Amino acid sequence: MPPAIASLDGAAESRIMAALAQVPDPEIPVISIVDLGIVRGVRRAPPAILITPTYTGCPATHAINAAVRTALDEAGFVDVPIEQTLSPPWTTDWISEQGRAQLRAYGIAPPPPGAAAHTLRDADPAECPRCGSLDTQEVSRFGSTPCKALWRCLSCHEPFDRFKCH
Amino acid sequence: MAAPSPSRPDAALFDYLLRLGDDSLILGQRLTEWCGHAPTLEVDLSLANIGLDLIGQATLFLGVAGEVEGRGRDADALAFHRDAHAFRNCLLVEQPNGDFARTIARQWLFSTWQLALLEGLSTSAERRIAEIAEKAVKEVRYHADLAADWVVRLGDGTEESRRRMIDGLDWHWRFVDELFDGDPIEQPLVEAGIAVDRAALRPGFDATVGAVLEAATLPAAARPRPIKGGRVGHHSEHLGHLLAPMQYLPRAYPGAVW
Repeated sequence: MPPAIASLDGAAESRIMAALAQVPDPEIPVISIVDLGIVRGVRRAPPAILITPTYTGCPATHAINAAVRTALDEAGFVDVPIEQTLSPPWTTDWISEQGRAQLRAYGIAPPPPGAAAHTLRDADPAECPRCGSLDTQEVSRFGSTPCKALWRCLSCHEPFDRFKCH
Repeated sequence: MAAPSPSRPDAALFDYLLRLGDDSLILGQRLTEWCGHAPTLEVDLSLANIGLDLIGQATLFLGVAGEVEGRGRDADALAFHRDAHAFRNCLLVEQPNGDFARTIARQWLFSTWQLALLEGLSTSAERRIAEIAEKAVKEVRYHADLAADWVVRLGDGTEESRRRMIDGLDWHWRFVDELFDGDPIEQPLVEAGIAVDRAALRPGFDATVGAVLEAATLPAAARPRPIKGGRVGHHSEHLGHLLAPMQYLPRAYPGAVW
């Protein structure tokens, strides 16, 4: 094992972020963990990757840490540790524009930007990711993962997942 | 475990963190008992997800408790290797699930109270508590909303759902007062801006509960003789029956990992 690095330079930081951009979310593999907004960044000294959970009890957290570890090791950063950070808490506003487009293409209605300030109850109806209709309805406030709710489209009659505005 | 003395701030903080973590842990464990048994798939998902959020909170609070205690115990050690008398959760969360209406009654009372508690704790002078609270408050707002929706739906539903909702609430009213009890252990923490003055949360709770009951066309909140003791380790027999399956594996196979 190479000696521990005291600090990272800009080039190393870019290489790390590029490696992490290739790590898919384990439960929604169409989006990377960087576009999902749970990589808070790289701390240069002492070196660390800062990761924040979407939900406190999200069971994907362990899988994400394992995937990040693998990506770092393969990129040559075996001695750069992963640290969990809670503050500021993750909200859906941390999802990138590209991430929102990827979710929509995958069939998951992304939250509109700025939606974290609202609750789902008061939010506008979700846009059906399949036909684009706004004539949609919540079926269940909780879905297949902690971050999603179940909705259905009243125009094309397809059910879909909606990222909770959070 | 000896009762911590209020004159030792770290012991008081440890105890306070156990109270926060154990509430979430025990209710989270209770909710997992519904997994695969709930009335509909959507409800099954809801209860499991709420349980997951609560167990996530518990992991964080108990993790900090272990750091404060400084004896090398982590969240798992505290969850799996303490006996019932060392748990500091309120009696409300250890109540058996009963039917769906009784589970919803417990969830609604707990989440409504916990939401106010965590809102207060999100500005705690203890940074680690504030960060967890700030994170969890958004999840708990969802829990409280969901439970209140069901109270209205069942209370203002059919004759049968209404009867069950009333029964479910009647089971739990006697455990509500304990939620608002402070004690000598917490007082110095309240004065230091670390803990929330529990009694101060009561008026807001009563107003919220009253409004939901009215929307649900249910009778006003009852105030029977309260039952307390969970915060100092005096639990009902239900807690041991909950802990037995939860703690069996790590005790039978010490050091087992996935």
